[in-house]
Amino acid sequence: MIITVAGEQKNVKDELSISELIEQEHVETPEYVTVSVNEEFLDRDQFETTKLKEGDVVEFLYFMGGGAQKSEITGGKKDGILE
Amino acid sequence: MKVLLKREDYEKILNHAVSELPNEACGLIAGTEEERKGGTVRKVEKVYLLTNADHSNEHFALDPKEQLAAVKDMRTLRLKPLGNWHSHPESPSRSSDEDIRLAFDKNASYLILSLMERDRPVLRSFHVEDGVSAEEELEIVE
Repeated sequence: MIITVAGEQKNVKDELSISELIEQEHVETPEYVTVSVNEEFLDRDQFETTKLKEGDVVEFLYFMGGGAQKSEITGGKKDGILE
Repeated sequence: MKVLLKREDYEKILNHAVSELPNEACGLIAGTEEERKGGTVRKVEKVYLLTNADHSNEHFALDPKEQLAAVKDMRTLRLKPLGNWHSHPESPSRSSDEDIRLAFDKNASYLILSLMERDRPVLRSFHVEDGVSAEEELEIVE
């Protein structure tokens, strides 16, 4: 069957699960990947049970986050350097 | 690696970050990349101002729905995802341990805007790989 993954059409086996697709696509650090199917975001525990259908549109999004930490905000020292 | 950012885009980031104070602000950058004699040059063609889903002054996470919309827009505009940006409202423009821990894409440029001194904002770009953050050259162009 044909599905679209990250904007590209792919020919995959019927009823492929999200977990199988992640493996097939060699997705790096999958534990930090969010998956949407037809614009619906899936919970991680749905990766095994969700079976893809013909025409599905799948997106992998890497979690992007970070930020200053308390130690930085309070003027903490890091790597021996204070700015 | 050299990153070129248009002044208007820099101001867009700055204005958004100031408007989100006291919380951190965040977003994505997209554009083109080319190999030149002196190395790789990344030209930012579009900045995306996204919601900080954490609504925190010490942490940020991109809103996944907005992130998805931005990625689709990049695809439509044939722009390459170049990385992300976020602000540090009360700390310097450098990668924190948390920034490094959560930098999963070694191909990305991570821009950090410090608003620690409100009248002297500092924007820097970093490359993070194998737990090490290194500053990249960043030029604001007219």
